[in-house]
Amino acid sequence: MKMRIFVPRDAAAISVGADEVALAFEQAAEKRDLPINIIRNGSRGLLWLEPMVEVATLKGRVAYGPVTPADVPSLLDAMASDGPHPLRHGLTEEIPWLKRQTRLTFARCGITDPRSVDDYRAHDGCKGLERALTLTSDAILADVTISGLRGRGGAGFPTGIKWKTVAQTGADQKYIVCNADEGDSGTFADRMIMEGDPFVVIEGMTIAGITVGATKGYIYIRSEYPHAVDAMNAAITASRSAGYLGSDICGSKRAFDLEVRVGAGAYVCGEETSLLESLEGRRGLVRAKPPLPAHKGLFGKPTVINNVLSFAAIPFILAGGAKAYADFGMGRSRGTMPIQLAGNVKFGGLFETAFGITLGELVDDVAGGTFTGRPVRAVQVGGPLGAYFPRALFDTPFDYEAFAARDGLIGHAGIVIFDDTVDMSKQARFAMEFCAVESCGKCTPCRIGSTRGVETIDKIRAGERVEQNLAVVEDLCNTMKYGSLCALGGFTPYPVMSALKHFREDFSPAPKSLQAAE
Amino acid sequence: MFVYEPWEEKRGAEIIAEHLHLEGPTLVILHALQEAFGYVPEPAIPMIAEALNLSRAEVHGVFTFYHDFRHKPAGKHVLKLCRAEACQAAGGDALAARAEAKLGIAIGNTTPDELVTLEPIYCLGLCATAPSAMLDGRLVGRLDEKRLDALVAEAQR
Repeated sequence: MKMRIFVPRDAAAISVGADEVALAFEQAAEKRDLPINIIRNGSRGLLWLEPMVEVATLKGRVAYGPVTPADVPSLLDAMASDGPHPLRHGLTEEIPWLKRQTRLTFARCGITDPRSVDDYRAHDGCKGLERALTLTSDAILADVTISGLRGRGGAGFPTGIKWKTVAQTGADQKYIVCNADEGDSGTFADRMIMEGDPFVVIEGMTIAGITVGATKGYIYIRSEYPHAVDAMNAAITASRSAGYLGSDICGSKRAFDLEVRVGAGAYVCGEETSLLESLEGRRGLVRAKPPLPAHKGLFGKPTVINNVLSFAAIPFILAGGAKAYADFGMGRSRGTMPIQLAGNVKFGGLFETAFGITLGELVDDVAGGTFTGRPVRAVQVGGPLGAYFPRALFDTPFDYEAFAARDGLIGHAGIVIFDDTVDMSKQARFAMEFCAVESCGKCTPCRIGSTRGVETIDKIRAGERVEQNLAVVEDLCNTMKYGSLCALGGFTPYPVMSALKHFREDFSPAPKSLQAAE
Repeated sequence: MFVYEPWEEKRGAEIIAEHLHLEGPTLVILHALQEAFGYVPEPAIPMIAEALNLSRAEVHGVFTFYHDFRHKPAGKHVLKLCRAEACQAAGGDALAARAEAKLGIAIGNTTPDELVTLEPIYCLGLCATAPSAMLDGRLVGRLDEKRLDALVAEAQR
């Protein structure tokens, strides 16, 4: 029997040499006249082990990593004999980092071939859609509501309510839009699922379509993700051929089709109304709400716009898992969250778990602290608009409300770890600078406030009238927080104010680096 | 490196026409033009406006709003360095400064010999294998000085 070898085609794996490793396997096998079958799967999310190669055995898949092309000959020996190897980690499913997760959304990611509908079906794919096609719209909405799913893009709005609003709005045309403009640094879950299990996103969007009566969907993917664009396009084509998209989904006489649209490097287009403007072919200017997209969205039509992970959570929920999904989590944060551990991190990657785990557990226990081995000084949670947390707040449980109560947000659940060499006044300055560059310019607090913020923080860093200028920064932050149209201007104060509050010493006239040198 | 066609009005008109059946096609057309010519040639703007029944100002406004669209061709090679927080945490700032020094240009510029364009990018989504970069569409993670130097040398060839 042919040996089945899995080499991820995930962009993160490719960035550290997965393509070269796959080629080396092909060449080595040919040289040995050894029949092998290379499957380019998604990533399992243990990114410090990438490229992580797996081989199928009778006991299950065995993992090796991080693999370089030079390791390939000795790996083939070890695989053929099931013998020891320095890079061997045993059965993948038994690796503690993976085993302690609760993978509902990412259940198939890294396991299946992301180009194969058959493989998707063989691993419980399409069951949510098949069941949804037998239900009424109200029954589907009931399931989504029971699950407690909230928008995974960051805002945390209940998905069931959003869908119900669109379902109840009469119109000749409605749209489903998937927000795959994952611009937050430290987040990559959308990218991973699109590259590793694109069919689950398609299935989730299709279910949304039949629920609210929309026949057309768009996936707006950022241009920085060319591999995700390819993966989604390939999956859409395969789904059409297999009858899962098109004018007659699964023989139900119901129509739904999808199209990928590529962004053009504007961070603000991750904001839902800006994204809709961009999809319509305009400048990505934020729209004032109301009207809500659910009433007047894409091209003025009722539109469900959700994040990739929200759609990807739907198939499990509709396959009879609504109650099971809701049983995970804490408070009003139900289900699981695919958390991304990034930055200066020892064990970085994708960790899906129920809400309620503390920040400290995630940073110290799961992520293992920093890659550099230095102490963790700060972690930024939720991307460029998320707060910096000091160790003193590591007891915060991962939960929408718990983070809000501490002037932070979980956002898209990216955690960026910084060691003790970080200069927090520089990070605060960057937050303002990023907002200034990426502001769409429509509202004044964001457009002007961010530029004034950069200038004022520069003065503080230069030791110029520090106390007075700190007061100006605080005032600017208040204006931006309460006066901006969208989250870009409204949330930039989170990283700035948290840096000021928890790391005030970095804003003193003598910068930390100088004090250390004395 | 990518190979592009020289601008030709007839070819530009073809590309625009290919996408007119889409809903809201402006960005798609701009992307397609840049893919063909390496930038969006100025004469294409009024052509898009005419085809979509928009004003020139509207199309120009869209073109200039987005960071991706180029007014003129880039260097032969484009090296993008991720400058966002996760890469900052992993030492990205020092590597960016090193790349600037090696190429003798600040980020956002092209070398005088038009060989290398050095650009910032705000997140490639490779945040657990940071710092990261993209050379002519090829992703490189876990950058260190050695890997960066090799990338810069490759871009200068």
